[in-house]
Amino acid sequence: MPKRLVFFARARRRHEGQNNAFCSIIVDLKQFIARERATWEELNKMLKRVEHETVAHLTLEEVQRLHYLYERTGAGLMKISTFAAEPNLVHSLESLLTRAYAELQDNHSRTGTWSLRRWLFQTFPQTFRKHIRFFLAALALTVFGGLFGGAAVAFDPDAKAAIAPFPHLLENPSERVRKEESTQILANTKGRFSAVLMTNNTQVSILALALGVTWGIGTLILLFYNGVVLGAVIFDYVRAGQSVFLMGWLLPHGVVEIPAILIAGQAGLLLGQALIGWNSKESVSQRLRSVTGSLVTLVSGAALLLIWAGLVEAFLSQYHEPTLPYQIKIVFGLIELLALLMFLTLAGRGTLFPSRTQALKDSSTQECKNAAMRTSARDCRFFLSS
Amino acid sequence: MRTNKLIIRTPEGICFAQNLAGPVTRFLAFAIDLAGIGLISGLLSQVLLLTAIVNTDFALAARTVCYFLVTVGYSIVLEWTWRGQTLGKRVLKIRVIDAEGLRLRPAQIVIRNLLRLVDLLPAFYAVGGICCALSRKFQRLGDFAANTVVIHAAPEKIPDLELLFSGTFNSLRSHSHLAAQLRKLISPSEARLALEAVVRRGDLEPSSRLELFRQLADHLRPIVPFPEESLAGLTDEQYVRNIVDLIYRPAV
Repeated sequence: MPKRLVFFARARRRHEGQNNAFCSIIVDLKQFIARERATWEELNKMLKRVEHETVAHLTLEEVQRLHYLYERTGAGLMKISTFAAEPNLVHSLESLLTRAYAELQDNHSRTGTWSLRRWLFQTFPQTFRKHIRFFLAALALTVFGGLFGGAAVAFDPDAKAAIAPFPHLLENPSERVRKEESTQILANTKGRFSAVLMTNNTQVSILALALGVTWGIGTLILLFYNGVVLGAVIFDYVRAGQSVFLMGWLLPHGVVEIPAILIAGQAGLLLGQALIGWNSKESVSQRLRSVTGSLVTLVSGAALLLIWAGLVEAFLSQYHEPTLPYQIKIVFGLIELLALLMFLTLAGRGTLFPSRTQALKDSSTQECKNAAMRTSARDCRFFLSS
Repeated sequence: MRTNKLIIRTPEGICFAQNLAGPVTRFLAFAIDLAGIGLISGLLSQVLLLTAIVNTDFALAARTVCYFLVTVGYSIVLEWTWRGQTLGKRVLKIRVIDAEGLRLRPAQIVIRNLLRLVDLLPAFYAVGGICCALSRKFQRLGDFAANTVVIHAAPEKIPDLELLFSGTFNSLRSHSHLAAQLRKLISPSEARLALEAVVRRGDLEPSSRLELFRQLADHLRPIVPFPEESLAGLTDEQYVRNIVDLIYRPAV
């Protein structure tokens, strides 16, 4: 017997075995589609509106209607799937229901408008402080890497060649200082140099975040390596008696650039912790869902700081004595560091929940609308039983 | 168990599925997006180089920054604006959605696109491709971290099945008692199979179409034997179509 006929025969036997009195199994598909098309089209129209605004913009009656249409379409899909699985129609209805489900189940408040000022002065520093233990871990790892790098160069000067990522770091520090002080190397390329610095450093910070997906191991390696390079360079210049030049060169941009990379590392470690889930009873997806916003905030904050660092490095750090006294550069760097510390530790304090009243208002509105949806379920029973 | 469907069960007891997009479709969409990125950054670069007449340093700096912004921002901006679609995804009719069917949030879009940096390692999307091929829901690392999946997008327009029932004469309809008996005896799976065959007949190769409808007709005929004069001159396909018409349109 051909394979297809065997299938038919089996299907038939199964059916006969189920219930001989089974009858009137098929819906009148044409009539059904004619009756339900208006519902599906109304749901589609309403969803288009909601997707461009939010459910919160609908009136209570409209929300009830939306929920009714969603449940009626769901019931229709069940009928169609059971008795008349026309693939295109089923796929269309499933797509409609997915969209409706996304809108109706979304409990994320989207009533407030996004404000750059609020994000910068409240959300970013608050998020930084909320996850500060990951920043401290990133800092500790970089310092440890720095000590390792310094020790490596101290005990084996050849190690510098293996550690230094850029050729100019391989030069003798005193020689480099002499060259830097005698020429203005960035006379006409400051803008381009600044742009290259910004984009490269931002890429490194994105990588520090992204490597968090390796359960944080990649981020740990990146931070440690950055520390090793930094430690080796610092030790090399200090040993050569060029501490003042080093501070004048590194402080203006480094006090912003290094914390920015550490903040990106903080985001990477946060992602790693969400994947590992120490001391958490939530599922991986719940943990990831709860940190996604913080990850974006931290990496965006880091990118913003790196723009500033790039500008300072190109337009200030590359000028040396006699053009610009080192004391001025060092004082500028220390002021920046103090400002950054104050910003990260103090900004947004006392306004931890700046829009708490608004949030409560939103949540109570959402509660009302959820209740409205529950009552509309009653209306649907008629349809389900028809 | 690995499946190519994302199944969503709602608190209301409704269960529906979405077809997940596989690695090959996604890679092709990415290739189109790469071409898009190249085109946009190339055009911007040419425009910005015009400013070199005034200041070369500014022109080169702006070009570097713009290239970076287009590379990183292309997918983020488009997926947010087009609700989970980029140019490549639009062409291949796929869409990013939340893995649990919830509304896609901007933070999810940003994370899945920033983590592309790891998915691209060491070259040619190797990490992302392997993860996507091995993952239960065809997720690359960025999707996994952002809780997103990529599905085949269904057309928004409800398909028109009117043509299926367009008013051709149905010789079997005159035997209403046999039609009622057919509706009683045929199983849901048999009816569904016949309907699908009629709906999708246009997609079949001519020889396969003939063979399929021959087998279907051979199977359906014994369920309720209609008088010979009603079947005279009916091809297998017409017979199956008339049967479907009787089942799904009991009353005219």
